Amino acid sequence: MPNYLLFESQEPFESAEVPRHYELAAGLVREGNQVTVFLIQNGVLVARRSVGSDAFARLAHAGVSVLADEVSLKERGIPPSRLADGVKIATLDQVVDQLAEGRKALWF
Amino acid sequence: MAKKHLTLVMMDAPFENARTVSALRLIDAALRRGHDVTVFAYEGAVSLTFAKQAPHANAVHGRDAVQEDHPLPKDWIAALMGAAGRHGGQLEWINCGLCVDERGVGEAIPGAQRGSPADLWKAAEASDNTLVIGTR
Repeated sequence: MPNYLLFESQEPFESAEVPRHYELAAGLVREGNQVTVFLIQNGVLVARRSVGSDAFARLAHAGVSVLADEVSLKERGIPPSRLADGVKIATLDQVVDQLAEGRKALWF
Repeated sequence: MAKKHLTLVMMDAPFENARTVSALRLIDAALRRGHDVTVFAYEGAVSLTFAKQAPHANAVHGRDAVQEDHPLPKDWIAALMGAAGRHGGQLEWINCGLCVDERGVGEAIPGAQRGSPADLWKAAEASDNTLVIGTR
């Protein structure tokens, strides 16, 4: 069974496609895959606790690993104390390791 | 983790989108971990290695070219090529030849090669993983 790494570079208020990407992640987990959603660029904006960030708690509850790029967070002034439930800060090193292990990778 | 070979496909032109910086950061992280990286640059991304990129003054900021210290993608990529060797890896950079011709950016920095989609296919076949960072 392949595992997946989904890069999300947009926020839901920017594109209506973004919630579909979250649904894809949850669906892949339901099919028995390990899935990481890596928030990068403006994808991290919704990782700040807000009306849109409940999605991450639901994803985490479903078994999706939700990581947020520490550089993208710093660029946008989002401190760790403001992160939504279910989101963990990560470095690109962690992402490279998942690429190197052969996870199927998609950039949104 | 053992050395791996990763291929990235880039499509965005320089100075336009955060995706370019994110891709270069990913390449940097992979090289620092000792992996080999192949980049296939399509469309506007072939201008990333254009050798005639030049820093410029900024009258709005009231700075000359040196003070402005304008970042140039060609310099970042040259630095990544140098970093690859220091970390025991290799950065292979292939520009789509037709895309280069369309844009007139044939004068590339040393190390940037000219290729075709067949080279992307070969690189993907030889790689442990491939990530396509497309335009929108």
